[in-house]
This record gives sequence, C-alpha cells and structure tokens, in this order.
Amino acid sequence: MDKVVEKNKKSIGTIIGEYGAFIALVLLVIVISCVSPEFRTTSNFLNLLRQASFNGLIAFGMTCVILSDGIDLSVGSTFALSAILCAEMLVHGVPAGLAIILALAAGTALGVISGVLVTKGRLQPFIATLITMTAYRGLALIITDGKPISRLASNIESESGSFLFKVLGKGNLVFGPNDMFSVPIPAIILIVLLLVFYFVLHHTTFGRRIYATGSNAKCAKLVGVNTVRIKIAVYAISGFMAALAGLIMISRVDSAQPTLGDGYELDAIAAVALGGTSMSGGRGKIVGTLAGVLIIAVLNNGLNILGVSTYYQEVIKAIVILVAVLSDRKR
Amino acid sequence: MNIEMTGINKSFGANQVLKDAAFTLKDGEVHALMGENGAGKSTLMKILTGVYTKDSGTVKVDGKEVNFKSPQEAEKAGIVFIYQELNVLFDLTVEENLFMGKEITKKFGICDKKAMHAKAQEVMDKMGVQIPIEAVMSDLSVGQQQMVEICKALMVDAKVIIMDEPTAALTERETESLFRVMRALQKKGVSIVYISHRMEEIFVLCDRITILRDGSYIGTEHVNDIDMDGIVKMMIGREIGERYPKRDVKIGDEVLRVEGLTKEKVFHDVSFDVRAGEVLGVAGLMGAGRTEIMEAIFGSISKNHGQIYIDGKQVTIKNPRQAIAAGIGFITEDRKTEGLLLEKSIAENIEIANLKSVSKHGVLSRKKQEELVQQGIEEFKIKCFGPWHECNNLSGGNQQKVVLAKWIATNPKILILDEPTRGVDIGAKKEIYNVINKMAAQGVAVIMVSSELPEVLGMSDRIMVVREGEVRGILDGKDADQEKIMTLATGGTL
Repeated sequence: MDKVVEKNKKSIGTIIGEYGAFIALVLLVIVISCVSPEFRTTSNFLNLLRQASFNGLIAFGMTCVILSDGIDLSVGSTFALSAILCAEMLVHGVPAGLAIILALAAGTALGVISGVLVTKGRLQPFIATLITMTAYRGLALIITDGKPISRLASNIESESGSFLFKVLGKGNLVFGPNDMFSVPIPAIILIVLLLVFYFVLHHTTFGRRIYATGSNAKCAKLVGVNTVRIKIAVYAISGFMAALAGLIMISRVDSAQPTLGDGYELDAIAAVALGGTSMSGGRGKIVGTLAGVLIIAVLNNGLNILGVSTYYQEVIKAIVILVAVLSDRKR
Repeated sequence: MNIEMTGINKSFGANQVLKDAAFTLKDGEVHALMGENGAGKSTLMKILTGVYTKDSGTVKVDGKEVNFKSPQEAEKAGIVFIYQELNVLFDLTVEENLFMGKEITKKFGICDKKAMHAKAQEVMDKMGVQIPIEAVMSDLSVGQQQMVEICKALMVDAKVIIMDEPTAALTERETESLFRVMRALQKKGVSIVYISHRMEEIFVLCDRITILRDGSYIGTEHVNDIDMDGIVKMMIGREIGERYPKRDVKIGDEVLRVEGLTKEKVFHDVSFDVRAGEVLGVAGLMGAGRTEIMEAIFGSISKNHGQIYIDGKQVTIKNPRQAIAAGIGFITEDRKTEGLLLEKSIAENIEIANLKSVSKHGVLSRKKQEELVQQGIEEFKIKCFGPWHECNNLSGGNQQKVVLAKWIATNPKILILDEPTRGVDIGAKKEIYNVINKMAAQGVAVIMVSSELPEVLGMSDRIMVVREGEVRGILDGKDADQEKIMTLATGGTL
C-alpha cells in the first residue's frame, strides 16, 4: 500500500497549467478593475454574467461535443432556427410554455441530425456540422423570408405564458437585505446548468463514456460503449443548449431575426479552447469552459467600457486567446 | 565504429532512470541490449543518439568524446535508431517516406524522382523485400512498414544501427529476411545494437549481450559463455524458476462452441470448443486469420456464417456489447490503439469496462470505484503512483496488466487473449501467465492467441493451428511440439 499514494504530487507548473484559465481571468478582472471604476460595480458584474450566459450555454454543449472528439459548427444556426420556430409559434397563437418546449425539442432534434450525419453518415464532424450549419441558417431565412419577427410578447394571451416568456431573458432573481442582489435569470440558468454538466461529466457513467469515446473510440467500443449513441447524444445536448440560449435571447430582445447567433460557434469554441479542453477529445473540464466564457465576456465588457474601438477589441481578444492556449500547452 | 559509453546518469524529474549505466560496441558486431521493461535500454540508446541529453557520463565514438544534440547529428555521424514505435508518415508513399528530409533534388529543389526511385529499389533489393515503392504506407502491413523503417536506416550510410524490438510485428518470413540483411550488414562492418525480449533470437543472431537492470549496468557476456537462465538471472536479479508455471485444474464442461464460422476471404468453416478451466492455444503464422476469428466471435468484425454457443445455448453476437453481455472478455493484440485509453488514468481505464458495477442508476459511486480500482492495482501488482497515474507513463508490462485488470473485473466466462505478452518483459510475462492460470482455476474458458511457440506449448491444454483462415488441426498439449505446429501452420500434414 505504501507505494499507492492517493494523488501525484503536483508541481507549481502543473497547477498553473490546470487552472491557467482562472488565473488569467482573475488577472484580467484585476487589471480592468484598476483602470475602470465603472467596470468594478456590482451591477456591471451582473450585467456581464447575463451577457456571458448566451455563449456560456452554447459552450457547455460544445464542451461535450469536443470531449467526444467532435466539433459542432451548427450551434449558431441552431440558435437562430430554434428561436425563429419559437417566435413563429408565438405569433400563431401557440401557448408560450408549449412553444418553448417544442423549440427546445426542435433544437435537440437539429443536434441529433448532426450526430446521425457524423455516426451513421460517417462524415467528419467538421463537414457534417458545416452542412447542418448552412442548412439551418437557410431554413431560418426561408421561414421568415429574411425578415425579423418582432413584438413577440404582445402575441401571448395568457398572463402566465407572458410571464414565462419574459422572465427567461429579462427576469431577475431578487434577494438579500433590502433586495441588495438582483441576479439575472439567464445567469441563474447558466449556474444551474454548470452544476448539472459538472455532475453528468464527472459523476455519471454517461460522462465517463463521453470521455472514453473522445479519448479512444476504438477501445471504448471494444469494452462495450455504444459510441454511436454517445456521439449522437452529445450533438443532441449541443443542439438543446443552443436552442435554450436562442430562446433566452429572443425573450430579452422581444424579437427574432434569422441572422441571430451568426458566428456564435466560434466564440463557443474559443471558450472551450481557453478552458483547456483538448481539441482532439478526451481531456477537459466544464469549469475550464466557464472560465473561458468569462474571459471572453470580461474582455468584451471591459474593452467596451474602456472605449476601445471594436476593431482593436478583436485583435486583443485574439492575443489573449493565443497567450492562454500557449500557456496551457506547457504542462 | 567503436562506441564507449560510461558512467551515464539520467533522471526525469525525481525519477532516476539511468544510474551509472555503461555500454560498449565494437566494429561489426551484433550486440544485444537486454533488460526488463523500464530497465533503461531505450533511454540509454536515446542518449547515444541525441534524443535525450545525459545528466553526466561520457560517450566516446572511436575514442573521441561526442555529445550529439539531435538525432540528425547522430545520423550524420552514422548512428541510426529504429524506434519500436514506427516513425512513419502513414498518408505518404513508401518512397516519400524513405527520402523524407533527404530528397534527391535537381536544380531549384525539384525532386529527382528517377534517381530516388532507383535508389529506393536498390535498397529494397539489397534487403530482399518486395514492397511496391509507390504504395501508400497505411495500405501496408505493420511488418512491411517496419521493413520500410529499416530500409530508411540503410538509405543513409549507417555505421551503427540500433533496433528496438524490430521483430515484434514481423512474420516469420520477414524476420528471416531481416536477419539475413543484418548479417550482410555485419559483414560490411556495420555494428548493430539489438534490443529484444526474444531470447531465441538473441542466441541465433548476436555476438555479445549487455544487460541492464533498474538503470544500472549489470554485465556484458559473449553468447557462448551464457545460457538463457543466466541471462534471466542477470536481468531480474534472481532466479525466475519455471518459465511457464504449471496449473492443476480439473477441466469442466464445454463453455464456448463455435461452428462453421466463416467470413469470406478471411476465414472459413472454423469450428472448435473450449471448456471451463481449459486454456486453448491458437497458433499460426502472422496473417493466418487468428485475430480475425477472435474478433468475429467478439462481434467487433462481422461474419458471414456460423453459430456461437455459450453453455450449450446459441447466442447472437453482432457487436462487442452483446459479447460482453454473454460473458466474453477480449484482450486485444494492440494495447496502445485498442486496449487502453492511453491519456487516461488507470482508474478510468479499469472503470470504463465495469461502469455498471461501480454505479447505480447511471451515477458513479466513489466507494465502489475505489474498491474496484484498488483491488485491480493490488491483485495485478501494477507499479504506479496511484489510481490516477496516466497509462501513457506506464511500462508495457504494466499497461498490459491494466488491460487484464479491466477485463478480469468484468468476471468473464470466456477470456480471449490475443498476443498477451507481446513487448512485455520476462518478469511481467510470468505474472501474466499466473493470471491466466488463476482464471482457468476459477473455471474460465481461456483462448490464447500467440505467435511465440514456446509460450503456446508451455501454457495450453490444447493447441489449435490456423493456416490461411482454416483450422488445420487441434493438438493435445501433451503431444504437441514446435515441429508439429509449424508443419500444420505452413500447410503440411502430420
């Protein structure tokens, strides 16, 4: 027994490698806070969390896909198409609750299609989801004829339905003495789902199978893992998460456009990469992805407050991602 | 070329892998470098060729001290290392691989295909191998890929060639032609360092033997002055006793019966049975279809005809999941690509085949996980820092033990082992044999596919010989000998 120690002793280097994204996040927050008093207010932090929630939800789904050695480029289009479907249903008098459930189901189904193309169709994940990405965007444009659908909430008749729809994106959870804290509902959803994903990935057999599939699909199959089912499942999860983010978005802005979510897949992938998940699957953590999401959100928010031109913002973001990913590789 | 390495020390982190290691190589000799896995053979050779830098010690080539900083530098000096893990570009052709980085060019860097083609052909002819030069590497067998690697070493005028387990994946014929080439090279004054676990080869091929243990130099002997037991004793520092431990097991009822198993163009009409407590050895030449037959039984490849009966009842097996449910465990030939999640921990590897038993309603139980993994590590004496040790950093023998632990925890009724001791050192080999015996004693029906005849003979109750996809005969272990097996395996009759 004396040879079997519980864990490897970790050097400082590996600790930095493992929590690199969090260290980067803390440094960023400190630096921007020093420079900008506006940034370091509670209301700004809460606002930042709401802004982060869209990318965060998508990135959680993306993490599962990437862990299984795949990639999902279709999330931006799924985001839009699910939102459009929900908006159309609301306009046509479908009760809000039902419309939301159906839109989430639609998003899940769109993910399943990607998964089936990857597994049964034997397409490379990049190509398969490039196809679905293009197709879903096209469908969103066809359904709306390219026009936005606006004033959604006014179509909802029942009071409870209206409340449900509005609270998704606009609501706040107010608590504390004198209602000190008012946390946006999207941020609450993000945190709840973080816990759910953490539990599923690290404490369930399903999570283990995702990691095994991404680490060595051949070996996983030989020990009885149904890798086809696992792969379809991760794309379904990704589709569901994209749809959920889409619904929160249209609730917040009270309108749906077919061009919603354009390019969101790249932000999600960037967040996953920042969080230290291996692009070839099998290695990574959901909390890392959260750190990646927050880094991107802090950069967007902080640079805006500091009045940095959006053109420069892109370059700065690129540099931060580069530095983070390079330092991660050292371990 | 004479090489003299003395007082070599090397540590990776806190782990000292070489302690005062030494090695001398004379002009035109074939020198075996032996030791258990993890004894430091490869590390020592990697220091010689500039892959690693030594912490201390001296390396002299023809009396002059050298310090190669890269394999390229060593190659320029005429020292080439052929790694155990093939170092080939699978998507390129044989020719492109042979000339990678040293293309023959005309002006402006344009490749001189004709000249390269001629040179490649010349080397192939010298080797006596027939591999189409335009073929894409991934279409070749592992043995052929290995031969290309050796040809690559011959492309540069190597004076010293280091070969790390070159025959592990070669067929009998390929091995013979490799040995022929090695002798031809030796006559031209090329020295060869030969790293292998196959004792039989050492005595056929080598002039001297140097033995390392735990990173230290133990001794150098002429092959004429030492025998197999002597080498083993030097390698492990004690007597190993019987190479193939005996077992005393009462053979029970039939557990597995296969009837008329056929996969077109691969194997046909394969029928046999295995009983509880029995070890069925499966012998044959490389490419005879042994692995494919086992894969078809396990459901990882499809079959055209044939029935499988377990405990007398016919079962349908179309995928590994059904096979596992029916009680079959399958330890595959290639542990790195099929047997292990290499970048994952020992714990995760053992658990992945046993998720049902360490979880309830899909939720993992920490306690059950720890029990399962701890039991595996202790039972198989896996040398590691703990359950979270990554399999990548384990030696070949310990990796194989993880694979065994994983499958045995599933409590299989039938255990199929495909080349279970390939690339595993002699101490770990015996431990694996002990595991096989223990499984048999518990009433498991064991099928062991192996290309090492002494192992098949030493371990099996019965031996099935396969040739070109057909069962040529099933011999009783007591009457079988190497000659009988080889006669059947090469198409003769008894």
